[in-house]
Amino acid sequence: MSFDAANLLPILPEIAILITASLVLILDLYLKDQDKGLNHSITLIGLVIAIGLTGAVGGGDAQVFFDGNLIRDPMSDLLKGAILIVSVLTFIYARPWLQDRGMLVGEFYVLGLLAVLGMLIMVSANGFLTLYLGLELQALALYALVAFDRDSSTGAEAAMKYFVLGALGSGLLLYGVSMIYGATGSIEFAPVAAAVAEQGISNKVLVFGIAFLVIGIGFKFGAVPFHMWVPDVYEGGPTPAVLILSSAPKIAAFALAVRMLVDGLHTLHPDWQGMLVILAVLSMGLGNLVAIAQSNIKRMLAYSTISHVGFIFLGLLAGSEQGFAAAMFYTIVYAVMSVGAFGILLILSRQGFDAERLEDLKGLNDRDAWYAAMMALIMFSMAGVPPTVGFMAKLLVLEAVVRIDMLWLALVAVFFSIIGAFYYLRVIKFIYFDKPADDAPALLTSSGVRFAMSLNGLALLALGLFPAALLSVCQAAF
Amino acid sequence: MENVYLTIVLAPLLGAIAAGFFGARLGRRGAHRATIAGVAVSAVLSLWVLARFIWGEATVFNGPVYTWLVSDGMRFEVGFLVDKLTAVMMATVTFVSLMVHLYTIGYMADDEHNWPHGALSGKNSYQRFFSYISLFTFSMLMLVMSNNFMQLFFGWEAVGLVSYLLIGFWSTRESAVFANLKAFLVNRVGDFGFILGIAAVGMYFGSMDYAEVFAKAPELADEQVAIFGGVSLMTLIGILLFIGAMGKSAQVPLHVWLPDSMEGPTPISALIHAATMVTAGVFMVARMSPLYELSETALSFILIVGASTAFFMGLIGLVQNDIKRVVAYSTLSQLGYMVTALGASAYAAGIFHLMTHAFFKALLFLAAGSVIIAMHHKQDISHMGGLRKYLPITWLTALIGSLALIGFPGFSGFFSKDAIIEAVGHSQLFGAGYATVLLTVGVFVTALYSFRMYFLVFHGRERMDEHTRHHLHESPWVVTVPLVLLAIPSVFIGWFAVEPMLIGDWWTTGDWSPIVVAHEHDTLHHLREHWHGQAAFVEHGMHALPFYLAMAGLALAALLWWVLHAWNPRIDELLQVFGGPVTRILQDKYGFDDFNQRFLAGGSRNLGRMFWITGDRTLIDGGMVNGSARTVGRLALRFRQLQTGYLYHYAIAMIIGLVGLLTIFVTL
Repeated sequence: MSFDAANLLPILPEIAILITASLVLILDLYLKDQDKGLNHSITLIGLVIAIGLTGAVGGGDAQVFFDGNLIRDPMSDLLKGAILIVSVLTFIYARPWLQDRGMLVGEFYVLGLLAVLGMLIMVSANGFLTLYLGLELQALALYALVAFDRDSSTGAEAAMKYFVLGALGSGLLLYGVSMIYGATGSIEFAPVAAAVAEQGISNKVLVFGIAFLVIGIGFKFGAVPFHMWVPDVYEGGPTPAVLILSSAPKIAAFALAVRMLVDGLHTLHPDWQGMLVILAVLSMGLGNLVAIAQSNIKRMLAYSTISHVGFIFLGLLAGSEQGFAAAMFYTIVYAVMSVGAFGILLILSRQGFDAERLEDLKGLNDRDAWYAAMMALIMFSMAGVPPTVGFMAKLLVLEAVVRIDMLWLALVAVFFSIIGAFYYLRVIKFIYFDKPADDAPALLTSSGVRFAMSLNGLALLALGLFPAALLSVCQAAF
Repeated sequence: MENVYLTIVLAPLLGAIAAGFFGARLGRRGAHRATIAGVAVSAVLSLWVLARFIWGEATVFNGPVYTWLVSDGMRFEVGFLVDKLTAVMMATVTFVSLMVHLYTIGYMADDEHNWPHGALSGKNSYQRFFSYISLFTFSMLMLVMSNNFMQLFFGWEAVGLVSYLLIGFWSTRESAVFANLKAFLVNRVGDFGFILGIAAVGMYFGSMDYAEVFAKAPELADEQVAIFGGVSLMTLIGILLFIGAMGKSAQVPLHVWLPDSMEGPTPISALIHAATMVTAGVFMVARMSPLYELSETALSFILIVGASTAFFMGLIGLVQNDIKRVVAYSTLSQLGYMVTALGASAYAAGIFHLMTHAFFKALLFLAAGSVIIAMHHKQDISHMGGLRKYLPITWLTALIGSLALIGFPGFSGFFSKDAIIEAVGHSQLFGAGYATVLLTVGVFVTALYSFRMYFLVFHGRERMDEHTRHHLHESPWVVTVPLVLLAIPSVFIGWFAVEPMLIGDWWTTGDWSPIVVAHEHDTLHHLREHWHGQAAFVEHGMHALPFYLAMAGLALAALLWWVLHAWNPRIDELLQVFGGPVTRILQDKYGFDDFNQRFLAGGSRNLGRMFWITGDRTLIDGGMVNGSARTVGRLALRFRQLQTGYLYHYAIAMIIGLVGLLTIFVTL
């Protein structure tokens, strides 16, 4: 392995994030309490530079480097860009919350950046081992982030559950990787794919391994029945940590699924398709049904995530290029919607008060019509109401499923999304048709947050009206 | 040029948005300035476009502006097709619209008195009215400038919507709400046929684009459709589309909404329900001439419907006493003339009459409006009389409008109407004889009801009460200037336009001809062969039967008026004397309204009530909606309990999942 330009150039975005994380880590030691805002600025600058670098080194055909451990291809360019942009929004939304609670410290940013770094590595991984390393880097950073509010017992409980179940999930995933390695003798995707093609689908060891891999993927996405951690962590963790947890890692999880199942094991599509069908139907069903019974909005969004994961799986299980593009489109759109929804919760929160119950959204329209409109856009988009982009995303995955003659699955999906529309529309009802509580605290008045949220909400509308741009990039990735 | 066309369409839309959404902030003056500016820009540019077509430099524009979506190879686009036909329509629409905008300043000046005190809907009604009429102009332009069926349908529905909004503009009046509902429902019937027609076009041609459809039409001319035991495709499409036109252009039996639409303010009666929107059907059929030429059955159908409308609706005009309703029935009758022309394949004559009619009918309506302003919003002509000396400008312009309407030689209506009667006379289609007789006798009826109204309003004894008489005075300049500006084309436009529009091949630009007439249907060629200039045409018209009939009608109207004036019997009694049963049939409007009210409206209400009780309330609401909601709610609560909060339960769930996947998929 040599550290020359050919190897280093394609991972410049990762390097930039690593440098930023190190810089914040060191600088934080010397910063006085009132200067901690500098961490925030440096983090944002680092992320923006990384976005620029992604664009600069991106484009063109796939390149494999670092002895076949890493890859840069159109998919990684797009996913990296999406992860970084969503992360910028995350940090912008999180800052006022942290500041109000005196928690604007370097650790949050270091952990956040390391998680981002882990995701970027997952996206660029060209072998099972690199992928696993990225996954663990991201996961360890996220465990710590959930426990970030040290005085909160619910936070500690959530982190503990997340950690133990995460360890179990990682263990199962690693076990699956060892099976694949045993059957094919390689941990790089291309040789694995070649070996699988040679052996055909008769090898039971491979199928055995795939079951474990799918469980790992299911755990990272939060698909039923590996979803149990999702509601508890979303509810118990501090909202900024949940904000990070709920958005960009799903994009990384998408990369995890595509790299392993498509790049490595596409030949075994009939096997993993069946598994994903089961997970998708269970996720859409349980997610949408249970979300209705929730009164805690973070918990409701957790179940909503689970149901969205079902839809993403629909695109993946189609196994066609169109299906992958649709799933990718859905994942990115989901990340943008999720970051917006939690962003609104942060905007509603105040020192000593976290907006967590559905009632806290009551009369938002009377308190701030613009934020109310943005939240309404997000909810419409999540429910899949045209002309928002959520509709396009659902339409595309359904189309992919119909194309492979699984009409029944599309009908199931539509059925559950109708049920799901109820709880999204209930939020809108709270916002527009109820009166605000008398003791509702004032809303956040940061112009930066307002600007970011406006971009966030309007992007859902703009992408819905003109979906061709993002869609063509997604299609080009496969 | 694309930008010019976009500007023509969008300028009124911007005006409408400004006055509609920011009306409260702009104030009354700001609102009317914004909308008038928008329409003025459109009008000037449209006239310029028309001028370019007349003096020969313009080329046909046909292209998409925005592709909305492509589905299975069919493109749904916003696009413009601008040829001479479009240019004539654009100029007519925008010019009349501009006049009506100006006029509205005067007519709606005291609109707050038309609302109950403190009514919320009366707030900013002035701005709202301007917003609506500008929105109408936008919609109508979208309709006429369209190059595809989808946009045609958009414009078609949009003008219908604005018409609905404006008929019921005074939404606190029960009669206005009834009228707009009626207009909406009747148009629904027509639009149902229209959209079926468009669907048939889409199904058989695989395209929404006019040019593509027209190019492919000859290939499909002999195509049969297996419904009603086999119909020619062209007949089916033609009749379905024409059913849409019957709704919009108020042809028997879908005409019933138009007289009631007079509940709306007079400016929109002039703009929408006389000059422009109601002629959309005529325009549409002319635009589709390449399709209609392929079906003689459809043409005969049009011919018969049009002629029946022209004659029988004119008769009803004889017994109306509301000044606006007389003009409304006259509009119905004139629309019938245009449609008959289309049926006889004299599309050019139909469009020509559409244009001349737009000017003189808008003029008559606005004059009626001016009379109504002077009479303090009283519309009964039996309480008018002798207004000539109080409203000199209105009187003179109304006289011009009436002469144009009856087709007095030299006036614009003369050229267009004589051309139509001549063309229909030469038609060989089934029903042409019937149509010729009705149209010719119709000239007599037209003259009779026009001048009956004219004499009753402007001459003779002053029958209004003392208070009204005391306040009679000519309307302000914003009212009279449009009258004068409309009177000018009402007199002259026929003289100038007859030669290009009817004689020669003016319509054709390059190798594109908007109006296609099959050789054996060419009913205007006699006119063309015997053409010796306008003067000769007028001269010839003086010796023809229609002229004698018109004069007879005028004379009879004068005689009746003289009888009334000299003897002073009450008008109602007079009518009874002149044939009781006939009058009663006419006053009942042949019973269309009663029939619709009792059987169609009543029947659908009963049917609806039945469905509501058994279908909606019991089955859907009770069983499906609430039932399924209860089930879902119960399931949600049950599943929720799976989430126990215990870590080991969660881990067990994962392991169960693992075992499940392994047992299902790994078969050893």
